[in-house]
Amino acid sequence: MKGEPKELRVTVNGKVYELKVKPKALLNDVLRKELKLTGVKRGCLESTCGVCTVILDGKAVRSCSVLALQANGREVTTIEGLAQGDKLHPVQQAFIDHGAIECGFCIPGRVMVAKALLDENPNPSREEVRLAMQGVLCADAGYVKQIEAVEIAAEKMRGGE
Amino acid sequence: MKDFEYFAPKTVEESLSLLSQYKEEAKIIAGGQSMLVVMRQGLIAPEYVVDIKGISALDYMTYDEREGLKIGALTTHRTIEKSPIIQKHFKVLSEMETNLATIQTRNWGTIGGNLCHGDPAGDPVPVLMVLDAKLKLKSLSGERMVAMEGFSKDILEVDLEPDEMLVEVQVPVPREHTGIAHEKLMVMQGDAGIVGAAASITLKPGDGICEDARIVLSNAASIPLRAREAEKLLIDRELSDTLFGEAGEAASAGADPPSDVHGSAEYRKEMIKVFVRRVAKRAFARARGR
Repeated sequence: MKGEPKELRVTVNGKVYELKVKPKALLNDVLRKELKLTGVKRGCLESTCGVCTVILDGKAVRSCSVLALQANGREVTTIEGLAQGDKLHPVQQAFIDHGAIECGFCIPGRVMVAKALLDENPNPSREEVRLAMQGVLCADAGYVKQIEAVEIAAEKMRGGE
Repeated sequence: MKDFEYFAPKTVEESLSLLSQYKEEAKIIAGGQSMLVVMRQGLIAPEYVVDIKGISALDYMTYDEREGLKIGALTTHRTIEKSPIIQKHFKVLSEMETNLATIQTRNWGTIGGNLCHGDPAGDPVPVLMVLDAKLKLKSLSGERMVAMEGFSKDILEVDLEPDEMLVEVQVPVPREHTGIAHEKLMVMQGDAGIVGAAASITLKPGDGICEDARIVLSNAASIPLRAREAEKLLIDRELSDTLFGEAGEAASAGADPPSDVHGSAEYRKEMIKVFVRRVAKRAFARARGR
């Protein structure tokens, strides 16, 4: 039947969830409204701004542009899943230490893009970092420090942190 | 977005059965990077959505010198961009993908979804047209091959029956002494092209005369536009910057671009001149091995 909720089994931040969701629910809707993971932001809803970025099966995607049911059987990581206890992920820590956070709204999406980049390529060139950062818009135009923060995090991660 | 009924078939056959059952009322979603946007805008409101993203059998790439390149319809843009096969044998496809939207979109969006969306501003079609690509379409009643050129029918309309799906893109090996290039006008890298152009130039061995030329424009008409008049100016001629400029003029004269917030039709016509000249020049340099 049209609109009838379907079963969704998805792993989010290491935990398995079994939910029933409407077919038209976006991954963003389910993460924020059902799972209360409000670190996942909701921006333009038309795949332009990138603030809603999460990691889906190891790849950065925009959670406003994926149906929740498309994540069935897959693994999602959000900003809430990065820290290990009290220890922040090196990308998070570098953003704080380097003063790369301005208003903060785009930062969760941006950190996820940076993490996906560094998982795939531990030693990116500045151009590669810029291209990745470009996938999330910053209204404060704070890109320079953000790019530098990703490079600092990359160096620390290569050093085994 | 309107409610719909959702299916996630595991195989191509299962997908085709659903399409044959629901026909016009059904719509396929792959990565959905374009489709969810038009569904949210209310441009389409399918009763049934057939989600094929999970069909791993359509996520592949193969290459050999005789058969050329075969790309499964569900291969993501990012996979194409990063593929060593593509970077070695079809560098232009990788270059095109690098400028297609953002990494997040390329990570989830598929080549097949992009082609079936039928956006005249899309980047892959012009490149695949100059490469003389073909598409394999499948339905319960069989298969048919169609040329990339001619697949686009109008804005967001393609030559696909309601019970058919695109399963494979086939790209022949370019002839020797062929160079191919693609560029588009962007405010920021990854933007949809305000206009775009792809060119393929094949030189005769020895004397450097142009044996064949193909030029295709994006966002220059309601479908990706083959600039045949521009091509004719180049074929059988000794190529030069002057000639590329004339080809740009001819391509621009034949174009009927839209006017919108990104640029007026007049501006786009001027930019078509520039971009045709640029891609033709670059394709020529590549054909000469430079």
